[in-house]
Amino acid sequence: MSDHHEVTSIARGARGRAPGNSDALLEILHAIQERFGYVPESAIALIAEELNLSRAEVHGVVTFYHDFRSEPAGRSVVKLCRAEACQAVGSETVAAEAEQKFGVRFGQTSADGAVTLETIYCLGNCALGPSALVDGELYGRVTADTLAELVSERAAASKTNGAG
Amino acid sequence: MATVYLPDDAAAIAVGADRVAKALTEEAQKRGLELDIVRTGTRGMLFLEPLVEVEKDGVRTGYGPVAPGDVAGLFDADFLSGGDHDLALGAVEELDWFKNQTRVTFARVGRIDPLNLQQYEAEGGLKGLRKALEIGGEAVVEAVTESGLRGRGGAGFPTGIKWKTVLGRTEAEKYVVCNADEGDSGTFADRILMEGDPSTLIEGMAIAAVTVGAEDGFIYIRSEYPHAIAKTKAAAKAWEAAGWLGEDVLGSGKRFRFHVRTGAGSYVCGEESAMLESLEGKRGEVRAKPPIPAIHGLFGKPTVVNNVLSFAAVPQILADGAKSYAGYGMERSRGTTAWQLAGNIKHGGLYEAPFGITLRELVQEIGGGTLSGRPVRAVQVGGPLGAYLPESMLDLPMDYEAFIAAGAMVGHGGVVVFDDSVDMARQARFAMEFCAAESCGKCTPCRVGAVRGVETVDKIIAGSDVSENVALLEDLCETMTDGSLCAMGGLTPMPVTSALRWFSEDFDVGGKTR
Ligand SMILES: Cc1cc2nc3c(=O)[nH]c(=O)nc-3n(C[C@H](O)[C@H](O)[C@H](O)COP(=O)(O)O)c2cc1C
Ligand code: SF4
Ligand code: FES
Repeated sequence: MSDHHEVTSIARGARGRAPGNSDALLEILHAIQERFGYVPESAIALIAEELNLSRAEVHGVVTFYHDFRSEPAGRSVVKLCRAEACQAVGSETVAAEAEQKFGVRFGQTSADGAVTLETIYCLGNCALGPSALVDGELYGRVTADTLAELVSERAAASKTNGAG
Repeated sequence: MATVYLPDDAAAIAVGADRVAKALTEEAQKRGLELDIVRTGTRGMLFLEPLVEVEKDGVRTGYGPVAPGDVAGLFDADFLSGGDHDLALGAVEELDWFKNQTRVTFARVGRIDPLNLQQYEAEGGLKGLRKALEIGGEAVVEAVTESGLRGRGGAGFPTGIKWKTVLGRTEAEKYVVCNADEGDSGTFADRILMEGDPSTLIEGMAIAAVTVGAEDGFIYIRSEYPHAIAKTKAAAKAWEAAGWLGEDVLGSGKRFRFHVRTGAGSYVCGEESAMLESLEGKRGEVRAKPPIPAIHGLFGKPTVVNNVLSFAAVPQILADGAKSYAGYGMERSRGTTAWQLAGNIKHGGLYEAPFGITLRELVQEIGGGTLSGRPVRAVQVGGPLGAYLPESMLDLPMDYEAFIAAGAMVGHGGVVVFDDSVDMARQARFAMEFCAAESCGKCTPCRVGAVRGVETVDKIIAGSDVSENVALLEDLCETMTDGSLCAMGGLTPMPVTSALRWFSEDFDVGGKTR
């Protein structure tokens, strides 16, 4: 299976660069998630083998950090900042309206797989909140409407790309 | 060819700077003009972003906030020659908001191309590192100590003392680690420096390394900061290519290798020992102290761990002399720092000023009050573990000890403003909820206490047995303060008890129904 080889080569590549032993684990997990969109269960065993760790150890690291997901996400991922500075300018209203608009709760993916809605705590854009990341792009002064527009723009763009 | 300056700072991009750049390029093409757009860091006046600047006779004139739709009008007004326009601000460095600052650490941010090393050196860069190589480790430690610099990450520990401990260790292997996890809501100074002048930070870390005898330095940048990660990596590459980093730092014969690492979305990984665990590829669990990282740090070796702003202050301390830096500030809070004005604030941004400036000056005069135009009701200083202060406390000077005496903390310098629509019981609930979500789980008072805290505040909000539950909440806070292994659980009570103390009406202690 080519995914198998890919995971192993990502793990080997990162390990070769790091000065310590298993300190490359986070970099490897980031690379895996970047490539596959999540950290598949099957990758954990391969990484464990490469780094000479137990599966439980790798699993423990994957579950500790909020960044790593064990399931694929929706086609768009909206991460809304819900920390204090954004709360002060209405992020909780945006949050409630976004749940309505997208028809999902935070931490979930919509039934049609279009959107995953997630909470994030601070994006370093606290003077121009409410802030959000839409597929990794940072936006300030967002409303639920702008989030919905951004998601549909992206959906439309990927359709055109897919067709073209 | 005309030159315009436009930030590629993440906050500027968040409100459209990249779209403005595109509009400028297209409009110039349409008009047959050649345009060079230099992407800089931000001046810190985030309320003016995207801020476009043009230079004329050595003076930079600003226009902002610019939307893509304004661009054609700017060309019509001949902004390239400083023409008048509704968005014209005049000379950027003469604006009160900018002029009244004391820019020491952020002197170059917003002025230079962050990856142009010639410009960096021409504007005073490398002086500190050259000095450090010339005077040697002991003298550097002495200067840093004399400057009065205290850790800007939150705890305010004297930087010179930390460096002295590591310098005094005899182990062959030592490390320098920069904490760029900047997880506090309301803070973005580390980010703005990394994006606007990463060389200053790298220089500060290189100084620390040659001082204590470390050959490897790590910077741990939170994953929420992709722009800062990219800039820091690019700057490190440029430094290596220039021979300023690597096997032979500036021809000194000293080696300093620079490694950039990415966090993975965990607030507690900003705690230094959890960060070291994370750098070692493990779960970000807090280590018991002692031993301190200066003795037993990364991979068990003596390690200097400092915040971005602590490292970044050092080059200028060495270049201008410790006395110059110590000349700013008040009492035992010496020097300047970056105050970050955030939340419901009209003129939000980064304001570098000496310690001793008051909260009122920052919030009302510089910040212009709330964005909503309603009265200021509460200000949270120092991130999610910091106290909520009422308007009556705004005359507090920004000083480590004055804040501690007031039951608050300066922390990393974040100032988050709330107007009178805030419900402080909800804010207290959030403090507990955040702790429950971000606790590393190692000790019970924090792991279990935070969950109990949420439940208890929920009962108070629902109006059930309010006075008993408030008493329970206070007990719980005491247990967390006294029994937690680190400041995550230990300081979560600060926002909670300050809310109870200053905003008791929001908890209905009088027994009114909500
Ligand atoms: C929960 C928690 C989060 C922290 N987050 C950060 C952070 O994001 N950045 C930082 O520099 N220090 C943070 N600190 C403080 C560090 O533990 C440590 O004191 C600091 O990095 C030392 O550097 P300094 O002396 O230059 O401030 C945090 C502490 C705690 C308890
Ligand atoms: S106080 Fe909380 S974050 Fe700190 S060690 Fe204990 S459980 Fe971990
Ligand atoms: S609190 Fe939302 S970006 Fe910082």
